[in-house]
Amino acid sequence: MKILVWLAEGTWEACVDAARDLLDGQVTLLHVIDESLAAAIAAPPTALLGRGTPPATTDLLAAAQQALLDAGAARLGRPAARLPRHGRPEREVVAASADADVLVLARDGDRSRLGPRSLGHATRFVVDHAPCQVLLVWPDQPPALTTVPPPPPNGPAGR
Amino acid sequence: MSTAVAVALLLGVLAFAVARPWRLPEAAAAVPAAAVVVAAGLVPWPAAAHELALLGPTVGFLAAILVLAHLADAEGVFGYAGAAAARYSGGSPRRLLAIVFVIAAVVTAILSLDATVVLLTPVVFATASTIGARPKPHVYACTHLANSASLLLPVSNLTNLLALAATGLGFLTFAGLMALPWLAVIAVEYLIFRWFFADDLATPARRRTPAPVRAPRFALAVLAVTLAGFAASEPLGIHPAWVALAGALVLAGRRLLRRPAGLGGNGRSREVWSLLKAANPAFCAFVFALGIVVLAVSRSGFGALVDRLVPHHADLPGLLAMAALAAVLANLLNNLPATLMLVPPVAHSPGLVLAVLLGVNIGPNLTYVGSLATLLWRQVLHAHDHAPATGEFLRLGAVTVPACLVVAVAALWLGLRVFGMS
Repeated sequence: MKILVWLAEGTWEACVDAARDLLDGQVTLLHVIDESLAAAIAAPPTALLGRGTPPATTDLLAAAQQALLDAGAARLGRPAARLPRHGRPEREVVAASADADVLVLARDGDRSRLGPRSLGHATRFVVDHAPCQVLLVWPDQPPALTTVPPPPPNGPAGR
Repeated sequence: MSTAVAVALLLGVLAFAVARPWRLPEAAAAVPAAAVVVAAGLVPWPAAAHELALLGPTVGFLAAILVLAHLADAEGVFGYAGAAAARYSGGSPRRLLAIVFVIAAVVTAILSLDATVVLLTPVVFATASTIGARPKPHVYACTHLANSASLLLPVSNLTNLLALAATGLGFLTFAGLMALPWLAVIAVEYLIFRWFFADDLATPARRRTPAPVRAPRFALAVLAVTLAGFAASEPLGIHPAWVALAGALVLAGRRLLRRPAGLGGNGRSREVWSLLKAANPAFCAFVFALGIVVLAVSRSGFGALVDRLVPHHADLPGLLAMAALAAVLANLLNNLPATLMLVPPVAHSPGLVLAVLLGVNIGPNLTYVGSLATLLWRQVLHAHDHAPATGEFLRLGAVTVPACLVVAVAALWLGLRVFGMS
């Protein structure tokens, strides 16, 4: 089985753990440098007109990406391919999933209000469009049963 | 005819500054353009000389601040700020955002927006990576606050210095009137960032204890004394540029003296060279030349048009219209020419001048890469690069800029009444 693991800052540990403990197969670790973040760091804002160009910071992003992929590989504890990408994260992930049997990604977004809109927009896009099976993991502990709201009074459960 | 020539020269100078063919400095086009303007008689020589004399202390002040920021970085002030932010965040992306807001606002106010963009932003990215947070909200906070938090002090932004030179406003009056708008804008930006980046900020906190970094006490003390000196210099009749220069000299002197003897003169000459580079003489020349070219535009028919457009009373609608006009012009051209063009017609009214600054300082967040013109030129010139992913930034700007402008104008209006200046 070809397993693609999308590593994103803040949630990647849970994805690596899930790939290691729940799945069996050839793992590829994917990280995407967000191009809009790269642009924000690299491009001089307007107000800097006349001050030349700020020092190139693309190396900074590439080094952080490398470090994250290394940390992922170390946590996985078995051989893994690495896929460093640069672009719009949600689109890069969907494109990279074309070769995979299963994609592992973590939920992001606000977990204090669970409901239809509690997935972050990039995660939502990938879950909707990934051309393979998707394993969606909690970045920390899964929620307790008590987070389920009471059934609406006129819903099917109330009848 | 002269109007067309002056406007064409200004556009050419700005286009060159954005394109920078063969990596030439911006001054390479601006200085010849200024020479043409004077030679063609668009600006008579005495007027040009007066403009240069007016800009002199301003540009010197900015150069001193640039050197001061460079030295603060070399002494580890920014690295220390990043390490402290990582520690006090407790691994929480939300708390880190609040700390980054404070640091970026203070750095921008004291060491100018250049320091925030060039020196602080990479540190903030590294800090977010250290605690395992998604870096986007924090990096965007730096780029946004570099503009919108540059309201407080005259040194925060070159636009402020240019406006200060044209009006009789003192350092302390300026800071007093701008304090409320500054705080209001930062608060609005913070609330919008919390909402806009709720997804990225919701990733769980990972408590890591980064190694403590020793505080660069000497550099921090020099910065604090310099800041106090800005406030104290005015009653003493000393231009604050001298205070900035003194602060820079103290830091530079200590660095040179502490160079290990083994490296000898070589290490020291490299140090001096890096200081000269930090002062950015090409940029200083650019500002002088831009001042002359804009003067030509202002003296032409275009200037008369601007004169008719600007409001004449510093009441609430007048301030709002002035700030909006300045924001539009800052986005059409750039904030430097917008300031040079809009300040002289309203120089009689401190309230209107400050409203111009609200517009030219907050406004650039609307299109981020600069002005609309910058965006277009960039797209034409760098078509082979990655398509600029500006959609998200434009949306963020579209939300923050109008909200910030409105609260800032309201706060300024309030301040003017408290100070009895409206």
